[in-house]
Amino acid sequence: MIASFGRHYTISASHRLHSEAISAEENRVTYGKCNNPNGHGHNYVLEVLVGGTVNPETGMVIDMTSLDEVVRTKVIDRFDHANLNLDAVFQDRVPTTENLCRAVFALLKDALPAGKLEHVRIEETENNFFECDAA
Amino acid sequence: MIFLTRRATFSASHYYWNPAWTEEKNQQVFGRCANRNGHGHNYTLEVTVAGEIDPVTGFVVDLKWLRDIIEREVLASWDHRNLNLDVPEFVASESNATIPTTENLAIAAWKRLGPAVAAAGGAQLSRIRVYETPEIFAEFRGVS
Repeated sequence: MIASFGRHYTISASHRLHSEAISAEENRVTYGKCNNPNGHGHNYVLEVLVGGTVNPETGMVIDMTSLDEVVRTKVIDRFDHANLNLDAVFQDRVPTTENLCRAVFALLKDALPAGKLEHVRIEETENNFFECDAA
Repeated sequence: MIFLTRRATFSASHYYWNPAWTEEKNQQVFGRCANRNGHGHNYTLEVTVAGEIDPVTGFVVDLKWLRDIIEREVLASWDHRNLNLDVPEFVASESNATIPTTENLAIAAWKRLGPAVAAAGGAQLSRIRVYETPEIFAEFRGVS
């Protein structure tokens, strides 16, 4: 049987949405409040979904402790209580939650066993979220 | 195709134990979940069905009907029960070593609900999610 296992984590981080490719005025129009020069922050909720065969001996798709360890070392230690704009991955792109979602997906995909990662979803606030799939 | 989801909650106890293993290995793999006196959760079950919108009612399925199916097929057997002792899917025997993990609960809920949803016509079961805590869930989409 193929099933999926999901887990939520939280990341508190600051960011400022600002693109060097457009003018200051265009940045204000495009990003609104999120363009505040001094930045702002969110409690992000990260949902990680991994899938695969349910191990008949354990009844599990993945050992949760090992998943937690990968997420902690690759994502939480890196982004939690950090300024996203200063991270290496955002030197050539704006730290929107779309781009954060793609970055987290790539980091976890490389660290988890091949083919395990199915889906990453990040809620920026209770009212908006972004998703990234294996496809 | 429209997807419609109904949530329900149930409270149950369980423990994780593979009878083919030594006590030491069970403790090593399952940790606190191997405590044979059990522990419990408030589970949330999410049932997603997929179908076309009925042009007369505007429904994919009647949500009251879906609530009743979930109650009859799952909650009546699982709510306020010991999954290891009261629920046939997880009662250990020589021919059954299915551990009541969240993954296996999602699969078992699918097996209970799939035929009832299909028999009513109009929609198919699409996805089952079982949340063990708000932070932990398993999902089954019917792929063997």
